[in-house]
Amino acid sequence: MKSSLSWLFICSFLLLAACQQSAWNNPYPEQDSSKRIYYDSFSERPKHLDPVSSYSANEYVFLGQIYEPPLQYHFLKRPYELIPLTATELPQPIYLDGEGRVLSQDTESGKIDQVKYRISIKPGILFQPHPAFAKDASENYLYHDLTPKKLENIHALSDFKTVGTRELLAKDYVYQIKRMAHPKIHSPIAGLMGKYIVGLNELAEELHKLDLPNSNYIDLNQYELPGVKIIDDTTFEVTLKQKYPQFLYWLSMSFFAPMPWEADFFYSQAGMVEKNITLDWYPVGTGPFMLTENNPNRRMVLEQNPNFRGEAYPEKGDEGDEVLGLLEDAGKTMPFIDKAIYSLEKESIPSWNKFLQGYYDTSGIVSDSFDQAVQFNAQGDAELTDEMQEKGIRLITAITTSTYYMGFNMADDVIGGDSERAMLLRRAISIAVDYKEYISIFANGRGKPAQGPIPPGIFGALEDEAGINPYIYKWENNKAVRRDIEEARRLMVQAGYPNGREQTTGKPLVLHLDTPAAGPGAKAGFDWIRKQFSKLGINLVIRATDYNRFQEKIRKGTAQMYQWGWNADYPDPENFMFLLYGPNGKVKYQGENASNYSNAEFDKLFNQMKSMNNSPERQDIINQMVAVARKDAPWLWGFHPVGFSLHHEWYHNAKPNLMANNKLKYRRIEPGIRTDKRIEWNKPVWWPVALLFVLLVVILLPAIISYRRREKQSIL
Amino acid sequence: MMTYILRRIAYSIPILIGVNIITFVLFFVVNTPDDMARMQLGAKHVSEAAINKWKEERGYDKPILWNSEAQATEKITDTIFFQNSVKLFLFDFGSSDSGRDISYDISQRMWPSLSITVPSLILGLIAYITFGLILAFFRSSYIDVTGVILCVAMMSISGLFYIIGGQYLIGKVLHLVPISGYDVGFNAIKFTILPILIGLVGGIGASTRWYRTIFLEEMGKDYVRTAKAKGLSEVIVLYKHVLSNGLIPILTGVVVILPSLFIGSLIVESFFAIPGLGSYTIDAISAQDFAIVRSMVFLGSVLYIIGLILTDISYTLVDPRVRLN
Repeated sequence: MKSSLSWLFICSFLLLAACQQSAWNNPYPEQDSSKRIYYDSFSERPKHLDPVSSYSANEYVFLGQIYEPPLQYHFLKRPYELIPLTATELPQPIYLDGEGRVLSQDTESGKIDQVKYRISIKPGILFQPHPAFAKDASENYLYHDLTPKKLENIHALSDFKTVGTRELLAKDYVYQIKRMAHPKIHSPIAGLMGKYIVGLNELAEELHKLDLPNSNYIDLNQYELPGVKIIDDTTFEVTLKQKYPQFLYWLSMSFFAPMPWEADFFYSQAGMVEKNITLDWYPVGTGPFMLTENNPNRRMVLEQNPNFRGEAYPEKGDEGDEVLGLLEDAGKTMPFIDKAIYSLEKESIPSWNKFLQGYYDTSGIVSDSFDQAVQFNAQGDAELTDEMQEKGIRLITAITTSTYYMGFNMADDVIGGDSERAMLLRRAISIAVDYKEYISIFANGRGKPAQGPIPPGIFGALEDEAGINPYIYKWENNKAVRRDIEEARRLMVQAGYPNGREQTTGKPLVLHLDTPAAGPGAKAGFDWIRKQFSKLGINLVIRATDYNRFQEKIRKGTAQMYQWGWNADYPDPENFMFLLYGPNGKVKYQGENASNYSNAEFDKLFNQMKSMNNSPERQDIINQMVAVARKDAPWLWGFHPVGFSLHHEWYHNAKPNLMANNKLKYRRIEPGIRTDKRIEWNKPVWWPVALLFVLLVVILLPAIISYRRREKQSIL
Repeated sequence: MMTYILRRIAYSIPILIGVNIITFVLFFVVNTPDDMARMQLGAKHVSEAAINKWKEERGYDKPILWNSEAQATEKITDTIFFQNSVKLFLFDFGSSDSGRDISYDISQRMWPSLSITVPSLILGLIAYITFGLILAFFRSSYIDVTGVILCVAMMSISGLFYIIGGQYLIGKVLHLVPISGYDVGFNAIKFTILPILIGLVGGIGASTRWYRTIFLEEMGKDYVRTAKAKGLSEVIVLYKHVLSNGLIPILTGVVVILPSLFIGSLIVESFFAIPGLGSYTIDAISAQDFAIVRSMVFLGSVLYIIGLILTDISYTLVDPRVRLN
């Protein structure tokens, strides 16, 4: 009787479990199903959340939603266009001569002594609720005199019970710019901005002399920065030492987000660092979201900032955006979601499977799952597989504003230099290494062979026949066709290396490629590269090393050839051309020109181009620069990766924007569809468990019977 | 016994110093302080001045093991090794290179590790002993033969296969538990079921075979024959006599790993996104965060030494013939 009751209970439990309206494998609480929550994953802990230190894409995922610099990129329009965020309008440069007189907008760069940008911010913007702003009835800050006793029961920011806010003011932007000069914060762009912002280097030197044994806090309001001035409560002015149109792009990055002095002071109090309560961990912004849970070992949670003023979704976009439904929310107040939960997923397989189960709203595609997700049709276009289409998953692709290349060290005796021999050798190699094949084999077709340093979509990059590198490609049947390998072999003969041997000595030509890639996974890639060089009879030695040693070799200029890449900071050709600018040479100047390429003509053109606004004249100079670089071939122009991303049908406004960091506010979720799909896709399957149980019984039963029989046997 | 324990603790000090030196040398052979600074400061626009400042603030501007420019004892004390090691021996782990308090992080992250390792250990012991006893009980029968073949097969399969296969079968195909993730409190249970189950299944092959061997050895001894001669049933002989005597090697084997349970499992935590100490160590190695790496290696060594001492003590508790002198 007792046994029957137990079985009845178990069966009822299983029946109830099978009937319940939620999935067993749902990693989130059931009550969250109907909420407007966006679910995504991250694989690596953000190193910095202080906007003046942060310089990584995985950090911008969070910072971009919290902090608001003066400008932002238009979400829909291409080419990328800057628009105001907290600023009232796009600031216009004011050119001044040596005596402070205003010059006309078309003044030549050489005649400009200083450039001013006056930035006015919208009134009434409030910071998120934060204890740094909390005040008592007498208007004294509640938490600005923390003592060890007061901190006794404080372990996280949420333990401070009272919060406050205040209006965003121009002084908050000025404070943040001064923080770039702080000796203990290590802003990565301090050196770069020091070249442009008047007085920033001097301020850094002054602050460096301060003795800061116990605290990082410096009352920056007490220090003058001549290049940054507060005009009134909502206006400030930045003075640059020279014309620098790219400065506006920097104004859209979190380095220039406002920082209230109250927050800086609050976090700098004694005992806070020991409790891990720092500005690097708990951001304070004015943006649509605030970080309410920062546990990068498990999850990061962004919730709507209750003080956010609201912002309208763009009413205009590119041609075709309306058809794609990207203007359905035009004019509506953003953000559209209440919360975003980012869960830690260190491995790609669990992350991918959870996306397929509906527990992540979006996903990238790793190589392991590429064939499951994407196939190429007869025209060579990527499309989703039937399995993905049945699930209502959508694919979006975009050529990234990045370039991956193989660099030649121009300081090397064999492969470098500006001699005709070395130039022909580099060009021959450039023809031999077929990056289209590389993309097809190693990147699942996700890439576009590069014709020069500038990726498509950035001003200066030309399309079709005008855009091809004539040293490597020919234009045939309306497409770029790589020149024949015989042509490369002829170049080798002209360079003095017939069949890959030195003409004078007969010795085989041996070249060395340094790469940070290592391990069994990289072997196929190495074999492929060796094969490309062997087409010319060149013996390629690959020196795989760890990233530290690789960087050291590049810094010292001891690498002969190397593989590297660059992601754009902003959509301007200057951000790619400067990688080949002589005074940016890695060995001599510790710059970003890892090939140590130096060409007087290129450098002269670069100096002209970098401070020009986009115009036909600028395009003309860029064309000349690209022609010089193609001729000299300091890089083996590799490829520009194409980003593939997937999202579910309940996820809306998914236009790729590779420059904007504040995209979360545009996203919209339909939780109803998501809940239904999750239940449909994740019904628990119990029969294999029951089968396993039965199997065990079947295996054990004869043995048990035999044992019982043996136990009952008598000796006689 | 107290003298013995004190002596063992004294012996552990040179061992810990040795481990610390090896960790230092290995880490700094691969990563220089400059590399560590570059890793923390990012890849773009990093100046030499910023790197030097970063090293100076964290004491990485000093020589690693020997300061030839210093005077007298400072030649040893004014080095990265000494400055960091002394605090370790006082269990002051200090701050990570990214500025976080390491002791606090360890105290937070040991619980997720324990939530996987402790149930895995307990359930594993119960399951492996049961399977071992069953195989010993049905020795030489088709169950024993099949069991041993299965055990050998399961031993031969990589642990990674169990993880990926388990996630695929139980999480993805059968939809019974979340594939990965973690939560706090009771909500953590549904996330720990799969890693515990996989840990348990992954250990069946080796452990069951080992326990079976132990039990079979015991079953051949005189006291078992005597018990049987007295007319006791085979089940009683097995569970009352064989099990209690067979537990001695099992117990000592288990005690040695008890302290290490805090450290967690590197691979399991990584695949299941468990925020434990295993993934903490892996993250630190990837981020070249030497402060965390040395702290975790030191902690691991201390726990292992404690485990060995506990093992010795447990011998005296389970076997009255053993005396610690």
